[in-house]
Amino acid sequence: MVLSATDKTNVKGIFTKISGHADQYGAETLERMFCTYPQTKTYFPHFDLHHGSAQVKAHGKKVACALVEAANHIDDIAGALSKLSDLHAQKLRVDPVNFKLLGHCFLVVVAIHHPTLLTPEVHASLDKFLCAVATVLTAKYR
Amino acid sequence: MTLTQAEKAAVVTIWAKMATQADAIGAESLERLFSSYPQTKTYFPHFDLSQGSGQLRGHGSKVMNAIGEAVKHIDDIRGALAKLSELHAYILRVDPVNFKLLSHCILCSVAARYPSDFTPEVHAAWDKFLSSVSSVLTEKYR
Repeated sequence: MVLSATDKTNVKGIFTKISGHADQYGAETLERMFCTYPQTKTYFPHFDLHHGSAQVKAHGKKVACALVEAANHIDDIAGALSKLSDLHAQKLRVDPVNFKLLGHCFLVVVAIHHPTLLTPEVHASLDKFLCAVATVLTAKYR
Repeated sequence: MTLTQAEKAAVVTIWAKMATQADAIGAESLERLFSSYPQTKTYFPHFDLSQGSGQLRGHGSKVMNAIGEAVKHIDDIRGALAKLSELHAYILRVDPVNFKLLSHCILCSVAARYPSDFTPEVHAAWDKFLSSVSSVLTEKYR
């Protein structure tokens, strides 16, 4: 799956608009994910996962930063996320199915905060982008 | 996800053994697919899906021929299956989840026929290979 020029424009556009809130959206994404898909909590036995948890906020910021990096280097996501890819392959080993769940929650958060921005076309571009990120992060698993 | 040299060798070696029975393996894989996952029959309303059906055998051959092509051009699966990729994207539009199911059935058929060859390493190599083929066939969907 390749991102078209339009996809890239759409993704960059969204990230420009949300850049000020990326950290907050990251935290919200995680909260929704833990809520709606409790099985994802299995990767965070060492976290306080209550609403407002500082650990979730911090982790949400990390996730958001990675997405921003990927969007900023949208022509070479694999290069931009190479270290993260190694980390996921060798240490974290998050089951690939969970990336879809996280991606879905992120889309929901964007939709809630920017309903007019997330047109069907932009939604599709963002979804493709998140799939591309997930593919990079799981590429070195085997 | 890329195939290592060892993995490519494993795929090619097993294929060489399978080649003479490819058609039978193809038909068997489809039979397993329709049996275990009846929802997959939805794509074949125009077929006689009973055991031994000529259409089933014919289609099994088509599937295995395509896999054979991918094996032959294992360094450029995308190039080898470009037309099939377009066919799936614009006309067939088989839901991507079904490629995993078919791959699973093919692996079962191969394992059943070549039990001593189907070591864990060979299994992994074939699974990666069929995943690559599936990726190529769904990459133009959007």
